[in-house]
Amino acid sequence: MTLLRTFETGVRGLLSHRLRSVLTTLGILFGVAAVICTVGIGQASAASVTARIAALGTNLLTITPGSTVSAGVFGGSGSASTLTMADVAGLQNKDDAPDVGAVAPVVQGRGSLISTSSNWSTTVQGSTPDWITTNARSVGAGAFFTTADVNAHKQVVVLGSTTALNLSVAVGDTVTINRIPFQVLGVLASTGGRAFSNGDDLAVVPLTTAQDALTGGGPNSVQRILLSAGSADTIGSAYQEADNLLLAAHHITDPAQADFTIQSQSTLQSTAQSVTSTLTILLASVAAISLLVGGIGVMNIMLVSVTERTAEIGLRKALGATPTDLLRQFLVEAATLSVIGGLLGVGAGLLASWLIPHFTSIGVAVSAAPVLIAVGVAAAVGLVFGVYPAARAARLAPIEALRAA
Amino acid sequence: MAADIISLEAITKVYGRGEAAVRALDSVSVRVHAGDFVAVMGPSGSGKSTLMHILGCLDVPTTGSYRFGGEDVSRMSERELAHVRNRSIGFVFQQFHLLSSMTACRNVELPLLYRAARDRRAAALRALDRVGLSDRVNHRPNQLSGGQQQRVAIARALVTEPALILADEPTGNLDSTSSREVLGVLRSLNDAGHTVILITHDATVAAVARRVLTMSDGTLREAA
Repeated sequence: MTLLRTFETGVRGLLSHRLRSVLTTLGILFGVAAVICTVGIGQASAASVTARIAALGTNLLTITPGSTVSAGVFGGSGSASTLTMADVAGLQNKDDAPDVGAVAPVVQGRGSLISTSSNWSTTVQGSTPDWITTNARSVGAGAFFTTADVNAHKQVVVLGSTTALNLSVAVGDTVTINRIPFQVLGVLASTGGRAFSNGDDLAVVPLTTAQDALTGGGPNSVQRILLSAGSADTIGSAYQEADNLLLAAHHITDPAQADFTIQSQSTLQSTAQSVTSTLTILLASVAAISLLVGGIGVMNIMLVSVTERTAEIGLRKALGATPTDLLRQFLVEAATLSVIGGLLGVGAGLLASWLIPHFTSIGVAVSAAPVLIAVGVAAAVGLVFGVYPAARAARLAPIEALRAA
Repeated sequence: MAADIISLEAITKVYGRGEAAVRALDSVSVRVHAGDFVAVMGPSGSGKSTLMHILGCLDVPTTGSYRFGGEDVSRMSERELAHVRNRSIGFVFQQFHLLSSMTACRNVELPLLYRAARDRRAAALRALDRVGLSDRVNHRPNQLSGGQQQRVAIARALVTEPALILADEPTGNLDSTSSREVLGVLRSLNDAGHTVILITHDATVAAVARRVLTMSDGTLREAA
């Protein structure tokens, strides 16, 4: 029997049991659709986490005082203030640290902000104009304060967009922070939501002003130093330079005893990526199991079909069908069910991938590979799970099969 | 005298082994001429179904040799036997064995699926015309009477122009009018040159044949 006729015969066999064929197809359909959606969701969330971390700046370093572990007790980074303005000046020295770009010292505290219409409590940071570069931020309205403002201890503030909104203030208005009046110089552009903290709810004031009035700790004390490397490529050498410089400045010979910690975003990024890839694998395995269950459904139905059609198999054998003919016929039936289920599953998966972002905040990234793999696996599932029933059909002795009627 | 189409030499068929062994056929030897119309009679359990399975190449004998159309088929593989059945033998069964999901025409086309045949539909329509069912081509089996269903089955048997038509109790499920119809068709096929072997337990049915053999306890002999 030619392949075309085998195919025709197989399809006729399926059409004569429409409901059963449709139900079997559904199993594969949902399996394939689930694979496409879950892999899509996994890839989208991985991409979005990566993008958010990249938005934090891949060429940025943060120096915090105190080692994360001191004398076996986790002190919390920043608990011991060992960073000084002298460190900042050292890092800004281009001869000692050629790969270090912008350097911004930061002091930080909580502040109670009051405008004419409302009040709001938030994080107040004191820093220099390099704060913008080293945080990879930009100003949405107005302007950031200048070095002159810092030197002059000006009472000006730049607000995060959420903070400005909550206080209902605009550029030029006045707010009080812990009862001291500040003029709003600018409002930062929104970060669009960051991975681990809300970068839109804060107030930034000149470093000197903060040290004077808000955070205490004296004019030399710094809680954090933010650095940017010239580019993502030089981050490694910038890290080394900063590390060596601070070790020397703090008279520490054993790097394990360092009283400061330098963190880069790339460590955060690789951690986040491994978390999302684990999640993707988890989701995809659940989906793959549903595809497997669909495949077992195909086998189940094909076995029922072979049993129910014993007489037909006997008749076909009497009329001259060889074992190979019957093996092929039942394999074609199983594969057709799976492939049709797979193709419909692609349709359903793509439709769901399109609908999900419309109704939820979950993004779905559809790429060709999981679609092709899912369809390929569906077809393979049909063939693999069709082999046993088909072999049973082919092995039936014609007289036994005829007698079964 | 025409050549022998069937030549059975000392055919024995044993089912089971040892104590439980059953000798369904015990040294059966018979020759059938091409163009003959032979009825095999016998009560149930006499071995006539086993004989039919062997004659129809649906089963192989335990010992003995079976030459069909000059070829030794008693030692053929399942695949080769399938080809012999498709090429040379048309079956008519007591239960018709029509596929209920297909029209009469599609049922008749079935054997042609398993050979390189063109114009399957045209051949099927000719076969249906020969059994007088030109007006029932697109009916499904459940829309046809028993006699009509059996005539569709006969059309399916003759669509391949087989050398041998093997009918196993073809009237077993039919009333007397339908029986006469079906036997008439078989008779006319024999007149047209097909060799027909009819297996039955009914003497009045067997009377249609030119030659009657009787089967009892696994042995075959000419009827008196």
